[in-house]
Amino acid sequence: MSRQPLDAAQIHALVVERFPAVTLERSENAQPWLKAPADGFLDLARFLKDDPRLAYDSLMCLSGVDLATFNLPPAKPVPPPKPGAAPVPPKPAEPIKPVEPSLACVYLLHSLVHRHRLMVKVLVDRNAGVVPSVESVWGVAGYFEREIFDLLGVGFAGHHDLRRIMTPEDWTGHPLRKDYVYPTRYNGVELRRAGQRFEDGPYAGNAP
Amino acid sequence: MAECGSKAGNRDGEQLALTCVDDFLNWGKENSLFYLLFATACCGIELMQTGGPRFDTDRLGMIPRPTPRQADLMILAGTITHKMASRAHLLWKQMAEPRWVVSMGSCANAGGPFSKYSYSVLNGMDKFLPVDVYIPGCPPRPEALIDGCMALRERVRRFRALGIRDRDPVVIASASPAPVCGDQGFKPQRPEGQG
Repeated sequence: MSRQPLDAAQIHALVVERFPAVTLERSENAQPWLKAPADGFLDLARFLKDDPRLAYDSLMCLSGVDLATFNLPPAKPVPPPKPGAAPVPPKPAEPIKPVEPSLACVYLLHSLVHRHRLMVKVLVDRNAGVVPSVESVWGVAGYFEREIFDLLGVGFAGHHDLRRIMTPEDWTGHPLRKDYVYPTRYNGVELRRAGQRFEDGPYAGNAP
Repeated sequence: MAECGSKAGNRDGEQLALTCVDDFLNWGKENSLFYLLFATACCGIELMQTGGPRFDTDRLGMIPRPTPRQADLMILAGTITHKMASRAHLLWKQMAEPRWVVSMGSCANAGGPFSKYSYSVLNGMDKFLPVDVYIPGCPPRPEALIDGCMALRERVRRFRALGIRDRDPVVIASASPAPVCGDQGFKPQRPEGQG
């Protein structure tokens, strides 16, 4: 097979013949990427790997992203506390307003045959969103999917062993979600950020 | 030497030393503190350096053991997460008594840089294990680790097999001076007469 690298528009033209729901997206500072729906993604993955013109035989990276936006009030200078006055408890941050679907799985593919690359994003619903597992296409995806399931709570249909991989087996919640609330105690040990969220921490109010 | 014990009943030339059992046993224990190969983060690099030829824990009788069943000492070198804490505790339970624990570095002491803002890091392994010696530092230099080992040897020397175990931990002062290696840094030199 001769080496014939394709650019993003050519790849999209090949894909959209069979999968009309797939769109080509561009942004200012990232490479072009394909946005694919979760339904029927397994067929798309098989096509990307098996089609001789594409031949994406290597899944370089599979990562998950929480796209929910911060909804923080602008930073205000904190006046110094008066001597003798009781400390003022900090205000709880505004709740996050997620845009649905607000989770994404990002697949970075590479073809060793044609030496071209591709980024595919699958947007997932925040509540009980499920993506078909591509473990049967690229075997390495099994560990990546376990990591995304553990830290972001995305389900993968058809995975042979979908367990937590980073956090302890009896952990609750998915820590990389932006609305994750830190647990109070674990194994009898008090945790210092009990009941807080990530943005209640040292950088509160400084988020862009 | 050649005559010693050569004839039956002849005990001339043999030497005797009187001591108590605990002192004799502790003399053996403090000179054979085998430590478990257990490193969870960057402190493990310093632990390897300390075991290497320049600092050489072997000269103190401290030899790394790959199994907890042969180890007397557990050096907690590195960050302990909640998940690792249960594994570390299991390894500690598999070690035979008397067993010793050295907490090396800020993470194992108190959670280190992760103590305040991390959900996953345990704030000090002393919540689960009885720590004998704390060594501050991030990570501690090999000199500090050797210092901690010497403090532990002092504690082993005081150990009484039938007495109450001393549980007050020792905290090593964080003064771990940089080695003096001359103006141009460390230069390996050949011995005299070998060019």
